[in-house]
Amino acid sequence: MDDAITIRGLRKRYGDKQAVDGLDLDIQVGEVFAFLGPNGAGKTTTVEILEGFRTRDDGDVRVLGTDPGKANLAWRERIGIVLQTSGGLDLLTPREALASTAKVFAHPLPVDQVIADVGLQEKADNRISGLSGGQRRRLDVALGIIGRPEVLFLDEPTTGFDPEARREFWGLIEQLKGQGTTILLTTHYLDEAEHLADRVGVIAAGKLLALDTPANLGGRDTQEATVTWEEAGTRHTVRTNEPTAEVGRLSQRLAGEVPGLLVTRPSLEDTYLALIAPHLAADETAGERAA
Amino acid sequence: MTSSVALGWDRTVLELKMYSREKEAVFFSFLFPILMLTLFSVIFGSSIKGDPSNQAVHVNAARLFLPGMISAGVLLTSFQTMAMSVATERDDGTLKRLRSTPMPPVAYFLGKVGLVVLTSLAQTVVLLLVARVAFGVELPTAGSAWLTFLAVFFLGVFGGVVLGIAYSSIASARSVTAVVVGPMLVLQFISGVYFQFSQIPSWLQQVASVFPLKWIAQGMRSVFYPDSWRSMEMAGQWEIGCTALVLAAWAVLGLVLCLRTFRWFKRGTT
Repeated sequence: MDDAITIRGLRKRYGDKQAVDGLDLDIQVGEVFAFLGPNGAGKTTTVEILEGFRTRDDGDVRVLGTDPGKANLAWRERIGIVLQTSGGLDLLTPREALASTAKVFAHPLPVDQVIADVGLQEKADNRISGLSGGQRRRLDVALGIIGRPEVLFLDEPTTGFDPEARREFWGLIEQLKGQGTTILLTTHYLDEAEHLADRVGVIAAGKLLALDTPANLGGRDTQEATVTWEEAGTRHTVRTNEPTAEVGRLSQRLAGEVPGLLVTRPSLEDTYLALIAPHLAADETAGERAA
Repeated sequence: MTSSVALGWDRTVLELKMYSREKEAVFFSFLFPILMLTLFSVIFGSSIKGDPSNQAVHVNAARLFLPGMISAGVLLTSFQTMAMSVATERDDGTLKRLRSTPMPPVAYFLGKVGLVVLTSLAQTVVLLLVARVAFGVELPTAGSAWLTFLAVFFLGVFGGVVLGIAYSSIASARSVTAVVVGPMLVLQFISGVYFQFSQIPSWLQQVASVFPLKWIAQGMRSVFYPDSWRSMEMAGQWEIGCTALVLAAWAVLGLVLCLRTFRWFKRGTT
């Protein structure tokens, strides 16, 4: 069994809104998979069904071979969940919160090690109410990983982070990936998906619109590249399927270094926006609910 | 099973830490009855007489208010603490977070019960000490009185816990203070906690008799008042058997409600 998560024909409806509309997906053991999509696309609903927190209307779902809807505590041993918000800990210190969480797992990581992994050593014995947003989020991750999960769910982990905190957080996720943890993350940030994920799935209106590596999503890799350069005081632009040959010709013609040379392909953001554009208008009204 | 108990104890320690760090909770549920007893005892001193027909037995204000303050304390530390904390923990995601781990659900409830039993015991001991040491209240010496005390205390605490958990389902974190504290105040006033129960109009006594606080207070009066004061009760008796029955019935009802209505997640999120 190489799939940590399998989803077949998943459907979930709220009132007259089809939040998840026939989703199929396999996520391999050890893979980092990112769900991208606008608010209300069905990301969180799907993830919560996989976590065993929501019922589904139809379809088959397996996480580590178990149906999350019928999961027991032994299954919870193998799952880590980083919630969008984890309140109610303000009066404790990170060390106290982690120690009490560690006790419910059979084979937890040492508390001190987890504190060091998420970089909270200096705040380990301070009240959680005094942590910054980024520190708090790292504590959330620490709580999610202390039980040595095989599958980790991360729901919009870096929302509200400053760029530096986000970089640090990415390092943490890469470290977990290096240890073989299967990670399913949802995010609004395309750079985050591009940086972390082995594959991304773009979801809108409950349907999977595209599924590929970040580099290949939506045929990004084979689309025309744009070559621009400076010549005689003006900027020139050429769109081509053979950017290498184009640059070679330019280099020859301009005798060496090409001034202001840029070769670009459509960014992940361009590709993503093109993919979801047809769904945005339809999604707007029903969007708030599942978000 | 043993691990559930061990985890329950671990939760108890954690709950105690959080409780003791929450200044408002410590004040309004733990210290409040102690403060009220001290205030009443200082303000009214020894000027309070019993019923005119019972002039033979005089008590001071501390003895008069002691049963009511113990009863209020039992309900504040059990029902009020429980209703408010569970409603808050449901809304702020604490319950969801706990549910996302392999913690056996019973450990959560054992932790709550542990918190309430320890805090209300401590509170009651402080109340008794203040009454005895500061205001010279004679405490009962008969074993049967203390047996009654323990029965009423633990039935009251257990009922308060399960009813509080059940009650938490009708409140959200935002509304919980009003939804819990309001009715609790009314109940305290009509159940003979702040006024002598015999001075309350009989139709209000009837209303109060539906709820457990009246019976806890009556049970506590039977322990701490002169035995001859039984004539001031509604039935002219202490009604200890009836008290135990009513409290047990509330406890069972609370347990059933709690089991049937408990939710780990906020409304509309499953």
